[in-house]
Amino acid sequence: MASIKYKNVYLNDYYTVVGPLEKNSRLKSYDISLDDYYYKENTFELAEIKMQKVVIDNILFKNSLKTKDIDLLIGGDLTNQISVTNYSAKNFNLPFLGLYAACATFPESLIVAANFLNNMSYKRILTVTSSHNLTAEKQFRYPIEYGSPKPHTATFTATGSVATILSKIPSHIKIESSTIGSPIDMGISDANNLGAVMAPAAAQTLFTHLNELKRDADYYDLILTGDLGCVGSEIFKEYLKINYNLKLKKYLDAGCELFLKSQGTYAGGSGPVCLPLVLFDRLICLGKYKKILIIGTGALHSATLVNQKKSIPAIAHAVSLEVLD
Amino acid sequence: MNIEEYKKLVKNMSPQENRLKNILVAFFVGGLIGFLGQFFIYFLTESFGISIVEASRWLCLLLILIGTIFTALGFFDTWFSKLKCGLIIPTTGFAHSVASCALDFKKEGLITGLGANFFRLAGSVILYGIISAFFLCVIRVMLIG
Repeated sequence: MASIKYKNVYLNDYYTVVGPLEKNSRLKSYDISLDDYYYKENTFELAEIKMQKVVIDNILFKNSLKTKDIDLLIGGDLTNQISVTNYSAKNFNLPFLGLYAACATFPESLIVAANFLNNMSYKRILTVTSSHNLTAEKQFRYPIEYGSPKPHTATFTATGSVATILSKIPSHIKIESSTIGSPIDMGISDANNLGAVMAPAAAQTLFTHLNELKRDADYYDLILTGDLGCVGSEIFKEYLKINYNLKLKKYLDAGCELFLKSQGTYAGGSGPVCLPLVLFDRLICLGKYKKILIIGTGALHSATLVNQKKSIPAIAHAVSLEVLD
Repeated sequence: MNIEEYKKLVKNMSPQENRLKNILVAFFVGGLIGFLGQFFIYFLTESFGISIVEASRWLCLLLILIGTIFTALGFFDTWFSKLKCGLIIPTTGFAHSVASCALDFKKEGLITGLGANFFRLAGSVILYGIISAFFLCVIRVMLIG
């Protein structure tokens, strides 16, 4: 059984910081935004560390909490050795678990936190996720100033950071259940088409989730995938139809929902913050959706292994959220 | 669905690049650079009385200088991604790749950062350029003497 139900785990609060491009995107209610990619730091990596530090500091301040009120910090990002999260975590002197699931890090951190809260004596857990367009570009693709031509299937890593506080104290977002996905490799090795890499993983996790919890896709007001992008989400729908005979009516992809068409981001946004930014700053604030299934999708991409002619595996984790009145 | 079927599905559903447009853009932009370069060579040979070979060397240096300065000023990557091979194939592409690597790694130290990564993208061009030049020279010596 990959699916788990939670009795009383709540997402109490969230805090978001967004990058300069995301500031003018379709997001509505972010907390703070950056004017430039450096964020008054010397390098882009330091800027990303500062973003994480700022969201953690601010969410604690907003909720009048001190670090001693937090039992565990869980987080991750895209950089090698999740160094950004490690370097921001060292500022807080909190028990810390670092996670890496590429762009599925956010739901993975919710799952780990929810399980700790559900089964152990933990009271309050802080999660943090971030990505920075230029640190990701530099690490996974070409140098920042190198203008390599990109195909229409490429996605654009979003810049931002999100912190959330989870506890057993009731609040307006309930974490109802989750499904842990298994890695799946469908033989795609094109790092410029990560939507196609991740689509089967998202489909498999969605199917497992619905199957194990004996639900229909219509049970949810919204099914939101992480960052398949405009091309990947079409492949996802087609794959679901052919492989699992499932047709989705209320479906959105966060990658597709993040940027405006005029922002020139190819097939849409990607990165670990893409899903939480769209979820918190664009969809939940509408108040329209009550039962939301988020499926974070991560391409477990390694430039080394792709160069060794290996295809890219992908993973997807699902978390069911209930927005209460 | 097996892997082969999935690859086919992905291929069918991924939007195709407009090759004709890319080819035409590259042809005209690359051609324009060549056209201006030819003018520059005429200018040098007529005004300073140097040979065409020498003038071509100066042109090459000018293109590298322009490519590097434009990269450092931060707008060349936008031109590059729009104009594609029109700017990649001339020497501007080489200069752009070296300059962008240098900018990326300058904060990681002169030796471990900038020096070690300077030819990250252009290294292949240099290596295989030298190797093929060597073999072509050998062939030339064997055929012509």
